[in-house]
Amino acid sequence: MKFTIQVNEGPYQHQAADSAYNFVKAALEKGHDIFRVFFYHDGVNNGTRLTTPPQDDRHVVDRWSELARENEIDLVICVAAAQRRGIVDAGEAERNGKDATNIADGFRISGLGQLIEGAVQSDRLVVFGD
Amino acid sequence: MPDVKKLMYVNRRAPYGTIYAWESLEVVLVGAAFDQDVSLAFLDDGVYQLTRGQSTEGIGMKNFSAIYSALGDYEVTRIYVEKESLEERGLTLDDLQHLTWEDEDEDWAEKESIRLVDRAELADVMSNQDVMFNF
Repeated sequence: MKFTIQVNEGPYQHQAADSAYNFVKAALEKGHDIFRVFFYHDGVNNGTRLTTPPQDDRHVVDRWSELARENEIDLVICVAAAQRRGIVDAGEAERNGKDATNIADGFRISGLGQLIEGAVQSDRLVVFGD
Repeated sequence: MPDVKKLMYVNRRAPYGTIYAWESLEVVLVGAAFDQDVSLAFLDDGVYQLTRGQSTEGIGMKNFSAIYSALGDYEVTRIYVEKESLEERGLTLDDLQHLTWEDEDEDWAEKESIRLVDRAELADVMSNQDVMFNF
């Protein structure tokens, strides 16, 4: 089955990001396809490489990057939500005159159309959040 | 792209306490370009999103309530409001904005967008959807 995943909450504050990660991992292990993981609302905070959790805790952001690297998963951060919350890649920095970037490896910033496309193209849209 | 899918946006939160309502509306507006079969549902505190006479002056936030009345122009013609959610909050349809759309097939006749449904009816409508967006 082909899945698109929507993550609506930030890391550590909320279990949604952990549950989404575990779901994606389990789905891949069962041979399913992940068309895309779309990060929306505070979920965009899953994609900042500046995250530094204590060493005895899981690293939510690195975990996503690793998953993307190993399985070629498309991790997409909503541009409008990212702009509000300060998630920046090189293109966004240039467009909006910012002096830094913070996007983590394996993530890209794009529009809400990517969410709709994922929902239409996949067999299931699975949403993680409240 | 596969055939047209039935997309429902489910709105369950009050408009300004969190950003979910506003960012949900942004998805609806962008999603309109995909020519899918779209409907919206408002239940729980989500019914407050449609109330008339909203003012955000005191909280310094953008008042986006006027956008609901433009949804007809985005071909959003079915807006389900859950009857029990209104009643539990002491609201009636008169407390909500009057939302309409123009039917191209009937010489642009103005039609009601809001459909008042009870919990069981809304469950039926939901079970017929292909995709549910929850906000």
